Amino acid sequence: MSNGPVLVQGGSLALKPGYADHAADALRDLRQRGDAVDFAVEHHHDVASTIQLGFWIYLMSDCLLFAGLFATYAVVQGHTAGGPAGSQLFDLPSVLIETMFLLFSSFTCGLATLAMNANRARATVGWFAVTFLLGLGFISMEVREFAHMVAIGAGPARSSFLSGFFTLVATHGLHVTCGLIFMAVMMVAVLRKGLTEQNRARLNCLSLFWHFLDIIWVGVFSLVYLFGVMH
Amino acid sequence: MNVANEAVAVHGPHGGHGTHGAGHGATHKQYVIGFLLALVMTAVPFALVMSHAVAGTPLVIAGFAVAQIVVHVVYFLHVNGSPEQRWNLTALLYTAVVVCIIIGGSLWIMHHLDVNMMPGMMHGRVH
Repeated sequence: MSNGPVLVQGGSLALKPGYADHAADALRDLRQRGDAVDFAVEHHHDVASTIQLGFWIYLMSDCLLFAGLFATYAVVQGHTAGGPAGSQLFDLPSVLIETMFLLFSSFTCGLATLAMNANRARATVGWFAVTFLLGLGFISMEVREFAHMVAIGAGPARSSFLSGFFTLVATHGLHVTCGLIFMAVMMVAVLRKGLTEQNRARLNCLSLFWHFLDIIWVGVFSLVYLFGVMH
Repeated sequence: MNVANEAVAVHGPHGGHGTHGAGHGATHKQYVIGFLLALVMTAVPFALVMSHAVAGTPLVIAGFAVAQIVVHVVYFLHVNGSPEQRWNLTALLYTAVVVCIIIGGSLWIMHHLDVNMMPGMMHGRVH
């Protein structure tokens, strides 16, 4: 573990023939220095936390994007232009099932993180696979709901309420879809290369992203669906 | 190599990875508590609305939503007040303020515009 980062660097350089000697030299130099390992540990520790802070800043800016969409929806939600209102369109039992899919997936994502911290690669992939299936369940229910609404003439072009609804909810759905792709890629990466430092950093970002999407969904089901049915 | 070994020893328990933020220091218990709290905070508002409960529900539901978001942030994203997370927390609080301004401000302004632009009100307001 202590030599990990150094060896990884050496390894990647050694792939290019011209750099092999430099890599070997650099490696020897580092090993001769008493603080080499200390440096390596500190260095990669800094990198890992910098990556996470960067991803966190991205999530916060994404949060502002959603704030704009939430604000737009809140302003236009009463403007149905003679078309159907939320109370006529929304089916709460299926929204509850969608919500449960996402909430359970957040939990299994947490279990995947715990498995990763315990260095259990297979369990990590297994829990992410469960998370993936739950997320897929969520997305397929959402797509069916959208298809049904468009089929009965309640598409995004019908009224400003529906434009706001589709923009907000579909943007969230698009994020979940991206999260699923991210997850599929990471499962393959862990299966092929194991829980390397790079994979760990990426998996940490993935779990942040997934939990963040569940938080946005709390806003969606409360503001859009529950409020919509009450009005 | 003494220094090096010490460094490894210090970082050892953490596995030397993901030292800050998500996943670090997370325990099974935290996820279970968070999950159960979130479950209750989802079930109650759904039950209130689906059973056509009493008036004043919008505020109650908004309250549950905010509480559930806090639960998710604390138990799933593991945001706490620790010094390593200062920038995460700062960014989060800043974002929360801006989100409140964007949503609250939009509603406030647009509500006033609506009220002032309504044909019926125009007659009442313009003397």
